[in-house]
Amino acid sequence: MLTLAHFLTLGALLFCLSAAGIFLNRKNVIILLMCIELMLLAVNMNFVAFSRFLGNLDGQVFVFFILTVAAAEAAIGLAILVVVFRNRQTINVAELDDLKG
Amino acid sequence: MSLKTILILIPLLPLLAAAVAGLLRNQVGRAGSHWVTILGVAISFALSVYVLYLQMYQGLGTQNISVYTWMVADGIKFEIGFLIDHLSSLMMVVVSFISFMVHIYTIGYMADDPGYQRFFSYIALFTFSMLMLVMSNNFLQLFFGWEAVGLVSYLLIGFWFDRESAVYAGLKAFLVNRVGDFGFLLGIAAVLYCFGSMDYFEVFAAAPGIEGQSVSIIPGVEWQWITVICICLFIGAMGKSAQAPLHVWLPDSMEGPTPISALIHAATMVTAGIFMVARMSPLFELSEAALSFVMLIGALTAFFMGLVGIVQNDIKRVIAYSTLSQLGYMTVALGVSAYSAAIFHLGTHAFFKALLFLGAGSVIIALHHQQDMRYMGGLRKQMPITWITAWVGTLALIGFPFFAGFYSKDAIIEAVHASSRWGAGVAYWAVLLGVIVTSFYSFRLLYLTFHGKPRYTVDVGAGHHPPDGVLQHAPKESPLVVTVPLILLAIPSIVIGYLTIDPVLFTGWLSDSITVLPQNDVLAAVGEHFHGPTAMAQHALQTAPFWLMLGGFVLATLVYMVRPALAGTLAQRFPRLHALLENKFYVDELYQKLFIGNTLRIGNGLWKKADAGLIDGWLVNGSAKLVGSLSARVRTWQSGFLFQYAFAMIIGLIGILAIWVML
Amino acid sequence: MPIYEIVFYTFSLVMLASAVAVISVRNPVYAALFLVLTFFSASAIWMLLEVEFLAIILILVYVGAVMVLFLFVVMMLDINVEPLREGFIRYLPVGLVVAGLMAAEFLLVIWTKSRFGPEAFPSPPPHPEGYSNTQAVGEVLYTNYLLPFEVAGIILLVAIIAAVTLTLRHRSGAHRQNPSRQVQVQRDERVRLVKMKPEPRQEG
Repeated sequence: MLTLAHFLTLGALLFCLSAAGIFLNRKNVIILLMCIELMLLAVNMNFVAFSRFLGNLDGQVFVFFILTVAAAEAAIGLAILVVVFRNRQTINVAELDDLKG
Repeated sequence: MSLKTILILIPLLPLLAAAVAGLLRNQVGRAGSHWVTILGVAISFALSVYVLYLQMYQGLGTQNISVYTWMVADGIKFEIGFLIDHLSSLMMVVVSFISFMVHIYTIGYMADDPGYQRFFSYIALFTFSMLMLVMSNNFLQLFFGWEAVGLVSYLLIGFWFDRESAVYAGLKAFLVNRVGDFGFLLGIAAVLYCFGSMDYFEVFAAAPGIEGQSVSIIPGVEWQWITVICICLFIGAMGKSAQAPLHVWLPDSMEGPTPISALIHAATMVTAGIFMVARMSPLFELSEAALSFVMLIGALTAFFMGLVGIVQNDIKRVIAYSTLSQLGYMTVALGVSAYSAAIFHLGTHAFFKALLFLGAGSVIIALHHQQDMRYMGGLRKQMPITWITAWVGTLALIGFPFFAGFYSKDAIIEAVHASSRWGAGVAYWAVLLGVIVTSFYSFRLLYLTFHGKPRYTVDVGAGHHPPDGVLQHAPKESPLVVTVPLILLAIPSIVIGYLTIDPVLFTGWLSDSITVLPQNDVLAAVGEHFHGPTAMAQHALQTAPFWLMLGGFVLATLVYMVRPALAGTLAQRFPRLHALLENKFYVDELYQKLFIGNTLRIGNGLWKKADAGLIDGWLVNGSAKLVGSLSARVRTWQSGFLFQYAFAMIIGLIGILAIWVML
Repeated sequence: MPIYEIVFYTFSLVMLASAVAVISVRNPVYAALFLVLTFFSASAIWMLLEVEFLAIILILVYVGAVMVLFLFVVMMLDINVEPLREGFIRYLPVGLVVAGLMAAEFLLVIWTKSRFGPEAFPSPPPHPEGYSNTQAVGEVLYTNYLLPFEVAGIILLVAIIAAVTLTLRHRSGAHRQNPSRQVQVQRDERVRLVKMKPEPRQEG
């Protein structure tokens, strides 16, 4: 018997894994971007589960928009990444600290 | 032209001329500027005479004409308007006439000055301000004129602004006048508070209603409202009319050009205070205490300022102290409710004091701006017209029978004698002894300047700035533009008193403007013994003032003509007295120490401690330093590393979750 | 154990395992491929929830477009992976502690007080036959959410323009048109009128 709690747990575990990923791969921007995608997926999982269990389609529409924004974010993020690499020959986050106060 | 148009034109023409001469000075040029201002003032004078004619012979009664309502706030009207009665039309004629004369005279006196146009602009502006003051029908406009003449006075005293002493004198005049103006403003505010109106007639009509009402300014001490109002207003008059102890600015104002000394600081502006008190007679009449105060201040000024005049060496300063003393006489007259006598003396004094100043100016031109009488002497041969007119002015000033000053001053002395007001005895002795003092310093001035042997030398090769007592050219009589005004002023100085004493003083010509309660009417008591001006002059031979005046004359002749060495001997014999007078009773030094020194000290302290120390040091720089040091610490948190920010976010998320778990 | 649960647990395990692989493998290309697997599993779970439209979209958009983009970038850039792995072991304990703490809190929130249990949220009945999830979402999307939908379109347009402008490179030496200059050109720049005397006819 699957309940809402099962799906939420799945989303929560996915979220924790991606948070841990941000910690572990703190220097690799590509993996960081992937972790963010994973986080969004975890959130989407929650939206979908709630939408189904509440019988409300609004949650699915929201997932739709999140997917849109995530796609845009990935496109721009990767474009920035390309530009950074072109200018500095590295994507090591530890070396990208020009905004240090 | 309707009367209203004429009245608007009278002050507006000088204003227009001032604007043209001042703002378009390069376009109109030197000649243009004096033509436009003289034309403006001349028309203004002619119209004033016409208004006076209407008043005297056409039965034009008191006119209260409102021209423009500026605003109405809470039922209080702020208006521009004209009150035309005998008093104001008389003042208009006096002001515009003296101003007219001074304009003409200035052409000669300021001929070489680079600020020619500016000067004409200023004096025309002054004429406008003074006319606004005397023609006003409400307190607001009175205050406007009052401040405007003060401003022009400041500008003109400091006219030669490259001289440090002139700038200092201008500042001093301005500051001392501020003290008086503060009182004046308080008085107007009190009037507004008590009567809810600024219009003269409304206030005068309501004035008897507040008799007996009192206010406690200091807790436990009750003051009559009417006394508070009158004394506050009179403090304003003390500033403007240079009464002790606010007299200190007037002698220093002699730093300004001589025409200004004649126009503003002798004939017109300084009499604004006298005029104002006379105008406010319906208020002052209600307060016995305020009138006593006025009288004693006047008596103090009249006697002691005359004494100072005896030891001055600067020819203009002697006349300045004489002005102070004469203003004191007028104030005394106000104090004994003889307002008409004060106005009468104001009028006659305007003529002969302007004459004396312009005569002094004529001497100063001839001696190339040498003002020290110790380097004059014997000028009567070179400057006969100036000499004769100076004699006329002097005789008028000391009150020689048949001359203008005799009638006005004698009337005042008689009025004081007849008064029974508290303190009138002291005032009587002060004005009586003032006569001998006046006579003494006047003849001293005449002798030192025009008689005796010349104490200057003529040296053609002395250069442009010769030392004191050396002249490049021999003195000669001044040009026509200077002497004609002297002659024109000399004529009224002789006859004006004889012609006008009866209507002005005794037949109630001014009674439409001046209110005197029956129990205070000292002039009526004096008038009982009046049988025409000729009889009065003949009678003078038997009175004390005449002989005192003669005594002054004899004393001056003895000291300065017969035995010229005597003056120095006397000064050595009484060194303390001489030093006291020489230093003008140390009033300046007192103010310097008491007010200016302390003000500077407080200002210095505030600057260094409060401004530089507290505000700059603690509040401004301190807050900047605080922000700087805080941000220096906070900035280390901003590492620029993406993962640290992500870490912070996750920690925050854990915190929020923890709260949710607790719930 | 019914088939429903078996499918759920299978795909969940695959999903979590591939997520662990995403964050831990050395090569970013592998990471991207594992990410594809994660999304695929998620899509299967969404199918289980009868959210067919989004499940398909997830595969089309993510697996088909975004992940390919990731792969492109990873392969295009000559990345030296070794320095990027620095600190992986060092931060492993911290990461695990943080993740474990967060997971414990999540589980506490979800499972205590039966906030999300079957009493509060009973299992929804299956959709009737002939029900179209795509139609249902479309009806909501094009009516209630029309304006946000169009805004989302604009966001995508902006993202396209931004990505293009960011990565656009002007090579020196390449011949390119400048339409703006072409449109603004004036006559004087192209034609020069020369005044000259008529040349005498060449005789012979």
